[in-house]
Amino acid sequence: MTRMSSAAELEKFREDILSSRDPERLSVAVCSGTACLGRGNAGVLRAFEEEIKKQSLGREVDVRATGCHGFCERGPNVVIQPEEICYMEVSPEDVPEIVSETLAGGRIVDRLVHTDPDTGEKGAHANEIPFYRNQVRNLIGDNTRIDPRSLEDYLAVGGYSALSRALFEMDPRGVLEEVKKANLRGRGGGGFPAGLKWETARNAPGDEKYVIVNGHEGEPGAFMDRALFTGNPHRVLEGLIIGAYAIGSGRGFIYTRHDNPPLVRNINTALEKAREAGLLGENILGSGFSFDVEVHFDVGIFVSGESSALMRSIEGKNPEPRPKYIRTSVSGIWNRPSNLNNVETWANVSQIIGKGAEWYAGIGTERSKGTKLLSLSGVICNTGVVEVPFGTTLREIVYDIGGGIRNGKKLKAVHFGGPMGGSVPERFLDTPLDFDEMSRIGAPIGAGGMLVLDEDADMVELTRFYLDFLTNESCGKCVPCREGIRQMLKIVGRIGRGEGRPGDIELLEEIAEVSGAASLCSLGKTAADPLKGALRYFRDEYEANILTREVE
Amino acid sequence: MDHEKVDQILDEHQGKPGSLIHVLMELQGEIHWLPRDVLMKVGEKLQVPFRQVLQTATFYKTFRLEPPGRHEVHVCTGTSCHVRGGRRVLEKAGEVLGIAPGETDAQSRFTLVEGNCLGCCTLGPEMIVDGEHHSGVTPDDVEDILKKYE
Repeated sequence: MTRMSSAAELEKFREDILSSRDPERLSVAVCSGTACLGRGNAGVLRAFEEEIKKQSLGREVDVRATGCHGFCERGPNVVIQPEEICYMEVSPEDVPEIVSETLAGGRIVDRLVHTDPDTGEKGAHANEIPFYRNQVRNLIGDNTRIDPRSLEDYLAVGGYSALSRALFEMDPRGVLEEVKKANLRGRGGGGFPAGLKWETARNAPGDEKYVIVNGHEGEPGAFMDRALFTGNPHRVLEGLIIGAYAIGSGRGFIYTRHDNPPLVRNINTALEKAREAGLLGENILGSGFSFDVEVHFDVGIFVSGESSALMRSIEGKNPEPRPKYIRTSVSGIWNRPSNLNNVETWANVSQIIGKGAEWYAGIGTERSKGTKLLSLSGVICNTGVVEVPFGTTLREIVYDIGGGIRNGKKLKAVHFGGPMGGSVPERFLDTPLDFDEMSRIGAPIGAGGMLVLDEDADMVELTRFYLDFLTNESCGKCVPCREGIRQMLKIVGRIGRGEGRPGDIELLEEIAEVSGAASLCSLGKTAADPLKGALRYFRDEYEANILTREVE
Repeated sequence: MDHEKVDQILDEHQGKPGSLIHVLMELQGEIHWLPRDVLMKVGEKLQVPFRQVLQTATFYKTFRLEPPGRHEVHVCTGTSCHVRGGRRVLEKAGEVLGIAPGETDAQSRFTLVEGNCLGCCTLGPEMIVDGEHHSGVTPDDVEDILKKYE
């Protein structure tokens, strides 16, 4: 690949790719997301490669190992493009039939398509399947169209045109204003306006500034970031480069998981290809702007996803958070201005610059714009990675997309935000997905892990589980967090065993307040949130376990 | 242990204290655990006090200070696996192997790990042996799955 050194060369290269490709050409997208690989999709991929060779269709059909398609529940997933025929629960034994029937014969294999459990209706195409039809897949949709290791595939779907626009048609200030106007809010948990954060870093004194992708995703039950990052790494990278240009940063860091080999491989490949193509490194596309990225890894502790802890880890030290009297956007890695955003936040940037802030702000609610990726899990029929516009109600997510509760049971609660989030009961199902609305009812969106609980869920046990997780994950630097969580765990543990003592609930509330107010970082500050939420909505379950003891 | 490989990794990062985590990761990837004498060498080469090397090596859960068994059994204890009964799977695995999470059996056959969420929440409860996923595991399945690994 030759290095490109102007916007025109990029467009020329894109045209060459597009003109060499027939839009009607058949391609098989074999999902290689974490869950489908877990279900054995590597075997399906091999079977396609062999069978296509055997039936001599190699010239007519492409096979791609793609990122996560989203419908993990029904994996291994296979999508035949361009018609978007979705085959589910595919095994290597099904492959010869798919190849001869669909690829060679143009007929659909009925037994492998989705059947609506309510109506019995079959849906072969993505737009006929409720799980996909009710989503707006602006971020994750390209996953079925591109091979994450191919720069050409990303360029074919319009990739890096936003970067070119930012570099050659806008000044850094203009890019920043566009992101502010779009009201892009951070997807990592806080929902802080990304534009304001960028502005702080941009205006902070110093020439050396850093931008960081937080791809740690340590929250149990959250898997959407790795689905996006593994499946479409260039999209995150493009957002990061645009952000670096707006902020005035020459050096970036990707901080991500070490325990997911495809993720690590795809990121590294994307960086190499982007460098070779002149989209990363010295003098990007001949614009005079230089920027490069290095990759760092989390090696197994939840707190290193916290921004100041993460920055310590990049410095090669233990990830202990520091108090944020001074924001990390002013003083972060090596005390230099460091702007950190989550994977999904960065992935949003290219569409804001490409399609404009007005287009972007047309999606969502008044104060939460765009779409949100969710990891739908728990006792729900259709688990998987879901993308919906802000404003979609929880009911729509649970029933229209999620297909309702497993085994015909009743929904008891929806939990957002993992160990630092909260659960809300069934009566809140008509709440729209919105940063502020969800915080108000006590289930802040967090990073987007959405756990659905049925009538059998034990809310004391769920709280105990989260406190147990956080006891192990607290870095131990500050006492209110380290000891506060441990004491809460002890008390919730005995309530769970039916050994609660009178006054325990009040004591829990007191510890929760103190550890929340006095902890250094958001791990300790929000550790008691699931507990507070549980006491707000499911207090009777706690009280029951104390009263029974007294009666005895 | 491949001393040459260890030296090669250390030489690449000589005098760079900031590379500590990277070096420990690479070393563990190569020799599967971090013996004390190797950690001392790391300190010397990277010019990081041994105290700090130990601090980092013991802080992160990924780093092993004891040799692991031939097979790593990872039972997911993430939220989604938990609400679907992952805890019972972990208990059963401990019972079958006769060890607690974090331990290795006397024959060095299995190491049992209480696993972090690997993001396969849709497949839970999950038991992952040497990277091979077993999904929707019930306590009754555990013994049969483990039998396959010698």
